[in-house]
Amino acid sequence: MTILVIAEHDNAELKPVTLNVIQAATDIVKSAGGEIEVLVAGAGCQAVADAAAKAAGVSKVLLADSAIYSHQLAENMSLLVTELAANYSHILAPATTTGKNFMPRVAAVLDVAQISDIIAVESADTFKRPIYAGNAIATVQSSEAKQVITVRGTGFDAVAAEGGAAAVEAISFAEDAGISRHVADELAVSDRPDLTAASVIISGGRGMGNGDNFKLLDGVADKLGAAVGASRAAVDAGFVPNDMQVGQTGKIVAPELYIAVGISGAIQHLAGMKDSKVIVAINKDEESPIFSVADYGLVADLFEVMPEFESKI
Amino acid sequence: MTIERESMEFDVVIVGAGPAGLSTACRLAQLAQENDTELMICVVEKGSEVGAHILSGAVMEPRAMNELFPNWKELGAPLNTPVTEDQIFLLKDEHKGRQIPNALVPKTMHNEGNYIVSLGNVCRWLAEQAEQLGVEIFPGFAASEVLYHEDGSVKGIATGDMGISEAGEQKDSYMPGMELHAKYTIFSEGCRGHLGKELMQRFDLQSDADAQHYGIGIKELWDIPAEKSEPGLVLHGAGWPMSNDTTGGFFLYHTENNQAVVGLIIDLNYSNPHLSPFDEFQRLKHHPVLKQHLEGGKRVSYGARAITKGGFNALPKMTFPGGLVLGCNAGTLNFAKIKGTHTAMKSGMVAAESIFQALSSAEQQSGNQELTTFADNFKNSWLYDELYRSRNFGPAMHKFGAIMGGAFNFVDQNIFNGKLPLTLRDNSEDHAQLKLASEAPVIDYPKPDGVLSFDKLSSVFLSNTNHEEDQLCHLKLTDAQIPLGQNLTRFAEPAQRYCPAGVYEVVEDEEGAQRFQINSQNCLHCKTCDIKDPAQNITWVVPEGAGGPNYPNM
Amino acid sequence: MKVLVAVKRVIDYNVKVRVKSDCSDVDLANTKMALNPFCEIAVEEAIRLKEKGVATEVVVVSIGDKACQEQIRTALALGADRGIQVETDQAVDSLSVAKLLKAVVAEEQPQLVILGKQSIDSDNNQTGQMLAALTAMPQATFASELTVADGKATVTREVDGGLQTLELTLPAVVTTDLRLNEPRYASLPNIMKAKRKPLDVKTPDALGVALKNNVKTLKVEPPAERQGGIVVASVDELVEKLKNEAKVIG
Repeated sequence: MTILVIAEHDNAELKPVTLNVIQAATDIVKSAGGEIEVLVAGAGCQAVADAAAKAAGVSKVLLADSAIYSHQLAENMSLLVTELAANYSHILAPATTTGKNFMPRVAAVLDVAQISDIIAVESADTFKRPIYAGNAIATVQSSEAKQVITVRGTGFDAVAAEGGAAAVEAISFAEDAGISRHVADELAVSDRPDLTAASVIISGGRGMGNGDNFKLLDGVADKLGAAVGASRAAVDAGFVPNDMQVGQTGKIVAPELYIAVGISGAIQHLAGMKDSKVIVAINKDEESPIFSVADYGLVADLFEVMPEFESKI
Repeated sequence: MTIERESMEFDVVIVGAGPAGLSTACRLAQLAQENDTELMICVVEKGSEVGAHILSGAVMEPRAMNELFPNWKELGAPLNTPVTEDQIFLLKDEHKGRQIPNALVPKTMHNEGNYIVSLGNVCRWLAEQAEQLGVEIFPGFAASEVLYHEDGSVKGIATGDMGISEAGEQKDSYMPGMELHAKYTIFSEGCRGHLGKELMQRFDLQSDADAQHYGIGIKELWDIPAEKSEPGLVLHGAGWPMSNDTTGGFFLYHTENNQAVVGLIIDLNYSNPHLSPFDEFQRLKHHPVLKQHLEGGKRVSYGARAITKGGFNALPKMTFPGGLVLGCNAGTLNFAKIKGTHTAMKSGMVAAESIFQALSSAEQQSGNQELTTFADNFKNSWLYDELYRSRNFGPAMHKFGAIMGGAFNFVDQNIFNGKLPLTLRDNSEDHAQLKLASEAPVIDYPKPDGVLSFDKLSSVFLSNTNHEEDQLCHLKLTDAQIPLGQNLTRFAEPAQRYCPAGVYEVVEDEEGAQRFQINSQNCLHCKTCDIKDPAQNITWVVPEGAGGPNYPNM
Repeated sequence: MKVLVAVKRVIDYNVKVRVKSDCSDVDLANTKMALNPFCEIAVEEAIRLKEKGVATEVVVVSIGDKACQEQIRTALALGADRGIQVETDQAVDSLSVAKLLKAVVAEEQPQLVILGKQSIDSDNNQTGQMLAALTAMPQATFASELTVADGKATVTREVDGGLQTLELTLPAVVTTDLRLNEPRYASLPNIMKAKRKPLDVKTPDALGVALKNNVKTLKVEPPAERQGGIVVASVDELVEKLKNEAKVIG
């Protein structure tokens, strides 16, 4: 069997999440054998294809380079992928807003069910995926002849970005559905990413003492390109506005790195951030429940260590 | 500012979709059907759905249900688990407990013929019956204010405004409340309903009654291992962990689906301000008598609710011009049986019959009068008889403590059938019983183990409670200075402990300055703060409709 | 212009889900159910289009057993004009749902179909895109802004890293994201009126759709409990670990 992985990119760079998806494909190959090919569809994206060719485990890169794919519109992407689909047992894309956008279209045209957001591969047809906002994990088995799958990047390690030497093969197929048009992109311009989109979040709790002290977090956030959040206790105490709240009744987040400062870790807060990849807790009370979920805990007075932390990262 | 509100006219408006309110609605609709007339009946319920705010033990006596729906079995009422065995324990200390021989148990505590139920599910079922009978039920709408006619009689209620920010400003989602006008308005809000409280004062309904008494009930639902499940087994008990001057008792029932419910009721006349009902309950579960049933299981839900337990002597007048207070809102619970469902239902049925009579008579069909026939109908019902016989049960416990009070109750209930020719009275107010913090022993509660016992916040999490964040705080302080100024210095601010949801906290900032914080989002609507605050400074009012717990199967 | 909104009955978002002890599924017995929040936003958007005079009729469709009529009534109470229930008590996958909706689209001929981006139970995020593919309509998922004029829908989408604006030729499919609007509350009189609004019940057979479910759920488990890690002694050690062990900072 051969697996097609659809690359995430912005025409200039291959996005790292692609490497995580290639790992998922590698896991399928491990259980069933086969090869992994990568599709790069974009405009002026030769560099992306070259980068994909170096990724570990990739045997071939298909390059569809056409203005039609410059914004990877779902209508056009699905025409392309369904055109190629006959050669593959599995079609994988990252569960990003791009992958989520066109993959179900592919599945529907192929008349197969899609499996969304997998976090583990059990076998070539059996996968684990979160349901109910991650409050339950389902193991699902597909009896479809062809698997159309989106992959949650944080569920898999990245394969090595270097070392491979796959051939890049250009694809001439380029069909424009002509029913949608890209108008504009507006990249997030604020210095601070949105909480739900940030890959790093630093949050303060009641231990911050007051709203002013949240400045202690700003410096770290600036350096890490992080969003600043807060626990409900900090919001209830009036330190910061509601929209900064992470937790059960606030925003549910799952960044690569979550730094909890002066947060005790009530279950209501944990419910909103426990799926973060790496959790750091800084709190002076070593009994705080936050330490039971933190990968790295630092028992210390936040007012003493935050300036030091900021200066050393 | 006066707001323009729309209004709607009904024959009867019912506040609260609990057993009393829904029984009123069902009985009224039945009578209308039988007599081929049409009645516009509407029930408003502050919970997000019927049953969302209902929490009870519960062992249910089916007497009222048999009368209201003689064919309830065919109709699928969720009374699925008949009681098979009663066990009563007196816990001596954290290790020892003694089972009381059946012959020595007051017979009101025997449960043959009764059912273990989820009262929430019973109410869900009653609501279905009511809707099929043509009753309009509106969950998610909280009655926030009583409306009066110029002559002072009750005109109806207004539902709360939606979409008002914490600062009191209208948000995009703002929707003004509605006026619901009725010929008769029923207040069946459950224990210490906030409109009921207003009506008690306005119409002086308690002038001939003793002081009302309350308890706080805390309950958990557990999945237990299948091999431990004994559906129908009922355990009750008293004693440890409370000292003899604090009365209350626990329950543990084995229900269907390999589940058990466990709970503790503590009388709110306790005197030690350091007492925490929540922590008493958590450590109670470690007692071998209870632990053996729960071990290997997993807690699935948590909740709390105050109960009205003053009984017959404290029962207020239940009618006033234009309406009635019913069920636990009035205090119809039979404390000798620790049961209030059948009595609440019956109070609703008697009310429905009285209202129907009135609406059928020429001179009263416009409504808004005092339903004088209710008093007679009530007095002629088995409800009155039952409550009268149990009148001494609670006061005996309060006066003589659990052991001697229990002995009195045995004699009174088993030998004299509740007809001992004396009435014990207990006119002390629950909120006035606290000793000064300095004069009461501090209680050192063990840390929860995360297996049998838990902390407050992870418990509240399982109640599924939530309130829209940006709204006015629904826990009003008459005087904002009292919590720190009086309650903290005198009673170590007991709200921090009696609240089973962690709503009240005294927090210190980095400079050491103290602040009284109200985490109203955690609120379980149990009303304990409104009852127990020693300064009677906290008034519980309804938050935006649909806020509060979302209890499944409680 | 007619707008079709597809809605789903799901567990209320305030209720914590609990996995059954036999790991067959989550336990939904007597839990509060509600309109899927993203579907509610879809209904609100359709009603706003009607209030602006852009839409002339808002039709709501849901697929499920009789209980889902409650959610259709909720949508009607918010302001939709009529409802359609496709009655089935089978668990249907997104593809079958999309096929049923395609059949409804063929009957109703809406110019715009609005759906939630995903339901908060199965979290699939598929149905809208699949419907668009099956009907050969253009799509805009994760909408945070929508304007309709001159046979085109202009949609701003929330994408990773920012916003993207697309122009679609109608008829089109739009799926909603959280920030598209804040849904209104249903008023009491509107809830009463909703009970009398028309609600058609159709069957998959009548729509000519054979339901299938080719993805079998083998088991449902609670997520692995997160284990605590290590306590570091100093800021230096913390920074070192984050750089070299966790590799989350540069």
